Amino acid sequence: MSPQMSARPPVEICTLAEAIGRHVADGSRVALEGFTHLIPFAAGHEIVRQRKRDLVLHRMTPDLVYDQLIGMGCAKKLVFSWGGNPGVGSLHRLRDAVEHGWPHALELDERSHADLANAYVAGASNLPFAVLRAYAGTDTPKHNSNIARINCPFTGEELAAVRAVRLETAIIHAQQADRQGNVQLWGISGVQKEAVLAAAKTIVTVEEIVERLEPRPGGILLPSWVVTAVAEVPGGAWPSYAQGYSDRDNAFYQAWDGISRDRETFLGWMNRFVLETRDFAEHRARVGAVG
Amino acid sequence: MSALTPEDRMTIAAARLLRDRAVVFVGIGLPSKACNLARATHAPGLVLIYEAGPIGAKPSVLPLSIGDGELATTADTVVSTPEIFRYWLQGGRIDVGFLSAAQIDRFANLNTTVIGPYEKPTVRLPGAGGAPEIAAQAGEVFLVLAQSPRTFVSKLDVVTTVGFGAGGNDRQRLGFTGWGPTAVVTELGILRPDPETRELVLTELHPGVSRDQAIAATGWPLRVAANVKPTDDPTDAELSALRSIEARTARRLNP
Repeated sequence: MSPQMSARPPVEICTLAEAIGRHVADGSRVALEGFTHLIPFAAGHEIVRQRKRDLVLHRMTPDLVYDQLIGMGCAKKLVFSWGGNPGVGSLHRLRDAVEHGWPHALELDERSHADLANAYVAGASNLPFAVLRAYAGTDTPKHNSNIARINCPFTGEELAAVRAVRLETAIIHAQQADRQGNVQLWGISGVQKEAVLAAAKTIVTVEEIVERLEPRPGGILLPSWVVTAVAEVPGGAWPSYAQGYSDRDNAFYQAWDGISRDRETFLGWMNRFVLETRDFAEHRARVGAVG
Repeated sequence: MSALTPEDRMTIAAARLLRDRAVVFVGIGLPSKACNLARATHAPGLVLIYEAGPIGAKPSVLPLSIGDGELATTADTVVSTPEIFRYWLQGGRIDVGFLSAAQIDRFANLNTTVIGPYEKPTVRLPGAGGAPEIAAQAGEVFLVLAQSPRTFVSKLDVVTTVGFGAGGNDRQRLGFTGWGPTAVVTELGILRPDPETRELVLTELHPGVSRDQAIAATGWPLRVAANVKPTDDPTDAELSALRSIEARTARRLNP
């Protein structure tokens, strides 16, 4: 059968649980991207609820939702360039996994921001690696076989070569989609576009599904034909920012430092506020009820 | 106005390093505070670039994180993160990289990776972030961090970011385009690289701080300049601008 014979499947406009259930496989390479803005918290929680395992998680700036995924045992490996609670301090679950192997050992593929940003571009460009000026004199390449040196074929100059990011599933949160599944996000957009185009499948959670997308200054439009599934999850980036919809809930970022510091407190919180809730709306209501 | 703290002196001394209309690649935290203080005082034309994508950000409050909407909505333009690193940093458009770190050595190399062995660390730190390439490619680098034997160490467990490597002309050997760290500002004073060896030398002390205090807070035998100078006391204008930024930031969090 020639490629033209089968029609492209339409975007699935579905629940988040359906999207994660269908398109996030155990052991697969997944990114929930966002550069502290538009973080797909709701999608991360659904991965925890569905008890996905052995994920190779990618993210330039893993923050609280990655702390949750790692602490709940969903991750086998982390590909990253800066892991912290932005503006607050450490990610205690990430630290516990690396320092003490709890709940199990976590492999690291550790890069710099310039590297990982270029590696996403390479993945989106269907290239096996990216070339950049990086790492000279540093120890990072000694601990990572995905970073190598290469000589320019024209000048002989030595440069860094870094393995591309290729994903099975990219997950992002955006402000809006229309009913055909076209997606628009605006404000600080990090590497979301590159993550989507470096992935075989894309899940997008959106603040709202609208009749018609209005062009926004600096807005990024992802046409429906690069999107696999769209789920409407208002506030799905809480407690992070969603420009035009909500500001960061800074008190929660600070509270997470205490919640995550201790294994039992962390597990208790995840049980009560994630595993025992059906969806993100119930999660928000339950967290809100206790202030 | 609340009393002057050691951190205030550090922030104000760091802000003074910035000349007006410089293009600065800004780290979150103390660097961002110093840059925004400079913009509110002597350097209103300072161009702030944050690694997430905002170019020419003019925040009225300090950003809570690198993705803060305050940076995007006040910026001249917002570009993607790959573009920031590829075109604007690697492309050579940045005058000053303004960074902090967990640990520094005598040649201003930085560790933000781990304390202890890499495979079995005692403390897992956040990682490299943008620092290695900012330090290599910005025209010059300013560093701001607290000074203690735990942060100013004789040997880094991991060299995440190169300042001057093993010293001397190591940066040229490594092919870096930028000059490297020209000042390290702490709550005790300011260190600058020796013109030949590039070893950090204490050149200024904040008022009330002794050279012995600075030596005791350094994990290697600290060189002190023969003519070590006191930093100037903060002016009323500097201090009131700093308190005003802090108050606006606090009001946003507790409206």
